[in-house]
Amino acid sequence: MDRVQFLLGLSIALFSLGLLGLVIRRNALVMLMCMELMLNGVNLSLVTFSQRHADAGGAVLVFLVFIVATAEIALAIPIVLLLVKHTRSMDIGRYTDLKG
Amino acid sequence: MISMPHALAAIVLLPLVGFLVNGVFATALGGRRFSNRLASIIGCGIPIAAFALTVNALLTLQAGNYTPLIEPLYRWATIGDSTFEIAFYFDRLSAIMTLVVTGVGSVIHLYSTGYMHDDKSYGRFFAYLNLFLFFMLLLVLGRSMLVLFVGWEGVGLASYLLIGFWFDDLANAGAGKKAFVTNRIGDAGFLLGMFLLYRACGTLDMDTINAAFMGSAGSVPVVSASLVGLLLFIGATGKSAQIPLFVWLPDAMAGPTPVSALIHAATMVTAGVYLVVRMSGVYMHAPDASQVMAITGVATAFFAATIALVQTDIKKVLAYSTVSQLGFMFLALGVGAYGVAIFHVVTHAFFKACLFLGAGSVIHALGGEQDIRKMGGLRTRIPITFWTFVIATAAIAGIPGLAGFFSKDEILWYAFASSRGGSPWLWGVAALTALMTAFYMFRLLWLTFLGPSRMEPAVEKHVHESPFSMTGVLLLLAVLSAVGGYFSIPHFLESQVPLPSIVVEREHYERTLLIVSVVLAFAGLALAAVMFGGPAARPERVRQAVLPLRRLLSAKYHVDELYDRLLARPLVWVSEHVLLRVGDRVVLDGILHGVASLATRAAGLFGRVQTGSLHLYSLFVMAGIVGALVWSWRHG
Amino acid sequence: MGESLVLNLLLWLPVVGTVLLLVIRGNASLARVITLGVMMLQLIMAVWLYARFDAGVTGLQFATSLPWIPQWGVSYLIGLDGFNILLVALTAFLGPLVVLGAHRSIEKDVTLFHAMVLLLQFAMMGAFVAQDLFLFYLFWEAMLIPMFLIIGIWGGSRRIYATVKFFLYTAFGSILMLAALIYLVQSLAQTGGITSFAFADLYRARLPLPAQTILLGAFALSFAIKVPMVPLHTWLPDAHVEAPTAGSVILAGVLLKMGTYGFMKLGFPLFPDAARLFTPALMTLAVISIVYGACLALVQTDIKKIIAYSSISHLGYVMLGLLSLELVGIQGAIIQMVSHGLVAAGLFLLVGMIYERCHTRELSDYGGLARLLPVFSVFFMIFTLASVGLPTTSGFTGEFLALLGAFTAAWPLHVAGQSYPLILSIVAVLGVILGALYMLRFALTFLFGAVNAPHQPLSDLSLRERGILGALVIVIFALGLFPDSVMAKTENAARAYRGLVTTSRLPEQLNSGPELVP
Repeated sequence: MDRVQFLLGLSIALFSLGLLGLVIRRNALVMLMCMELMLNGVNLSLVTFSQRHADAGGAVLVFLVFIVATAEIALAIPIVLLLVKHTRSMDIGRYTDLKG
Repeated sequence: MISMPHALAAIVLLPLVGFLVNGVFATALGGRRFSNRLASIIGCGIPIAAFALTVNALLTLQAGNYTPLIEPLYRWATIGDSTFEIAFYFDRLSAIMTLVVTGVGSVIHLYSTGYMHDDKSYGRFFAYLNLFLFFMLLLVLGRSMLVLFVGWEGVGLASYLLIGFWFDDLANAGAGKKAFVTNRIGDAGFLLGMFLLYRACGTLDMDTINAAFMGSAGSVPVVSASLVGLLLFIGATGKSAQIPLFVWLPDAMAGPTPVSALIHAATMVTAGVYLVVRMSGVYMHAPDASQVMAITGVATAFFAATIALVQTDIKKVLAYSTVSQLGFMFLALGVGAYGVAIFHVVTHAFFKACLFLGAGSVIHALGGEQDIRKMGGLRTRIPITFWTFVIATAAIAGIPGLAGFFSKDEILWYAFASSRGGSPWLWGVAALTALMTAFYMFRLLWLTFLGPSRMEPAVEKHVHESPFSMTGVLLLLAVLSAVGGYFSIPHFLESQVPLPSIVVEREHYERTLLIVSVVLAFAGLALAAVMFGGPAARPERVRQAVLPLRRLLSAKYHVDELYDRLLARPLVWVSEHVLLRVGDRVVLDGILHGVASLATRAAGLFGRVQTGSLHLYSLFVMAGIVGALVWSWRHG
Repeated sequence: MGESLVLNLLLWLPVVGTVLLLVIRGNASLARVITLGVMMLQLIMAVWLYARFDAGVTGLQFATSLPWIPQWGVSYLIGLDGFNILLVALTAFLGPLVVLGAHRSIEKDVTLFHAMVLLLQFAMMGAFVAQDLFLFYLFWEAMLIPMFLIIGIWGGSRRIYATVKFFLYTAFGSILMLAALIYLVQSLAQTGGITSFAFADLYRARLPLPAQTILLGAFALSFAIKVPMVPLHTWLPDAHVEAPTAGSVILAGVLLKMGTYGFMKLGFPLFPDAARLFTPALMTLAVISIVYGACLALVQTDIKKIIAYSSISHLGYVMLGLLSLELVGIQGAIIQMVSHGLVAAGLFLLVGMIYERCHTRELSDYGGLARLLPVFSVFFMIFTLASVGLPTTSGFTGEFLALLGAFTAAWPLHVAGQSYPLILSIVAVLGVILGALYMLRFALTFLFGAVNAPHQPLSDLSLRERGILGALVIVIFALGLFPDSVMAKTENAARAYRGLVTTSRLPEQLNSGPELVP
């Protein structure tokens, strides 16, 4: 098994782990962390392909993902905090105010 | 004589000015003394001025050796090659009609100043009367059928407004509506006839159309004259109250009596006769249409006369008598005696206006009572009204020497002997009708003026002769009813609308028929005298003997009910139950609501997925990714 | 160049007005004054344009053409011609009357209301003056929104139902039209070699009959909903009943004319061969509309519904005239459009005025108004008679010429053995009787008989109200008595329309098919 395949496998594993966590866990913060995990899985694959094809584009994209992820976390954490304050719970199932 | 550039237009437009001034004053200053006086001055001055202008125009016509005066006013529309010109046309025929309209119109306006004196809508009344005159003059003076049609519909409007003049009672306004709608049915026929003529001749100018039909074989329009004739006749049946559209005229008596005299006896209802005479060029080539006209005319005359036999409302008797007399005119038209029909129009205008105004004077004297069973003995109480009524009654009954005798006798003669469809049986029915006419008119005279008084005491105390504005007019019209027959209108019109030739083998009957019709008139008189002059038990016995027939006549052959059941109610029923309830609400809205509820239900179904649970959504995402992977692996 | 600037100003002035309203956010009376000012200015400009409009010129006048999206062939192309000159004048004329007439009935969000009226005016004016299909479509769709809001916000109790119905119908039609116009432009680009949305270019598009049929079907559906023609009419009575007075007036006065204008300017001329194929069917629908509308008007108990159904009937005459392809009929149709705009607007204004006083629209709640409100009744009678089509009013001019046109076109066919069009035109003539029947029934119950009205004593019309109605009456009589100068302005357009519809525009190779056979 060469390195590329290994890294890709790792990235799939990270992504799947994240997705699984997202589906299974009910804690809002954990779900956010899982999402980070998924993003990192994607990042890993991007870097791997960038290396493989000797193209800097993939690496650049990774930075873009970083920025987006940062922004997202910067918005999401306060929202979650407010929600927690509002409902006194981290359980995502309690946040039903917008449900029609 | 003075010849003015817009003399004809002035005749027509003067009443319009009167209408506008009176109309504005009536709404702005309604009911004040000043405006009443102004309304009288304008209301009466204008028809008189129009009459003077008409006489002047007639003199001009005479000076020009009766070449028709044509006076274009303006162009209504130009579309492509077709132009619609508003022009006036003045020939012998329009001269007679205009003289009658403005002449009789003037005196009836004068009469109205007395009759309507205490009405709170005095100004409005004169405004409407002037409006009527405007449209009527447009009708008789228009050169094009379009102008005629404008007048035709316009007089219908004026009639509608005047029938419903006392609109506080819904029945009056309803009668106005009935008149308008019935007339509209006729107008639809008129429109179609007009369209057909326009299509065939490319113009609506009536002199051109007549010339085209009368012209050489090559230039005769490629359209059946009978079809045009029938369509126009449908229009005429509406306006001139012939079978089957006569039902509105008796109801039209809801209007003030001067209106009944002017519009529903003397002028407007004869518009149909005028139309046919004006289009005589078409009718001369339409034997079928003429025959239909003659039969309809004589049938109308007969049936209306039978209904008139049993009416008890003084105005209703006169109304049915008008329908019957109009039937006589159409009989004359049907047998091609156009000039004679116009002759009868004129004499009828005199004596029927006199009768109606006399009836108005009676009603005025009795404070609104119209039932002849509650009259009687008025001869000495209102002598002027009585004597004028006698003359007019004698005139309509056909007593020799008076106006009605001449015109009616000529109609009977041509019905018998005209080579254009005259026949003995037409004469027979008409003669029988003449007998009935004499009878019901003398019955009316007897019950109203002669015999013992049957008035209610309260009414009887206040009986008074009408003011001079009314009696003067009655006297004038009585004189005209007496002498109106000595001016031979058929002869005057002969150069324009020739009389039909006489069937040779019937020529020698003329004297016999004359004697018969004189005998019939006196027979009617005698019959009425025997019935009503004697003890009251006598008419009662007759009444008992023919009770079922009497019931049928009193119910006016149930024609109104028949129309209501056959036309009016089904129309409303279909509109309400089929079109509105089923068509609009169930079918069309139903389809819409069906589609809408289908969409709502489908949305509800899909909406179930939207649980709001983030986990379910992410599960879907996962399923999606897995699905995409599997798919790409399979197809990769 | 200066003259075309006036037309642009006329078009965009309401937008300026709207912006002003939203920026100033003043009180209600200021909003009213601004709106009225804009409308009056617009009217003045429209009158000026009307006077300057040269009847002898075929084609566009006061035209502005600016490239807008060149790669798609879309341009900002506006101008006046005989087709739209009267409708522009009508729209501009009704504008001030609407603002004045809505004076008292609107209480909430007055500024927003006036902004909506201005936007609607802008969109309607735009749809009339647009000479580019893309532009036309934009305006066509833009009209929906303010109207939707006017009914939805300021309407009666069932306004939501009415707005949704109105929106569904019209949007449904519009979407089909959008698809059709894209296809049309696409095929013009392929066969004609130019990508253009300009009407003038599209009039040259040659399409095979099946394509024409489908495209006309899509356009016709959209226009027929707007007219509205039976059986696509049920949105109209509901919309009218729920709309505030101003909404009803605009809807009946101008918006409905969009449908017939669309048929005249686009539907038939763009697809002439299909149009002639559809003529018997559309004529049947037109006559059904005349009779059906009249019958339903006869049995309504809501006074607004009576007028709404009468609109369906009256616009049937317009369609009949347009379909006759006779100059007389086409001219009659154009006059009838304007006439109906004036008469229906007047009737809705009158109903609005009485509603402000009595707060009911139930016919049976009224009676004997002629005694109570003489001036009101005089006006009501005049509008009723104009609606009935009494000679000397504009209603007569329109109906008479439209019917004459239909009959003139149908007679030769009858002589040739095809009597169906003749029967249709005869039925249409009989519709005149029904017209008298329902309007006079309305007047009879409304004006005559014993006095009956809620909230007495009632005050008769104020000077403002008399002025509004008086202006309408003057124009109604002017069109009835002196239509010649008006029709002169549209004569060229009528000829152009007839020319376009009667010339076949099937693709050439198909046309020359038989000649290939030796």
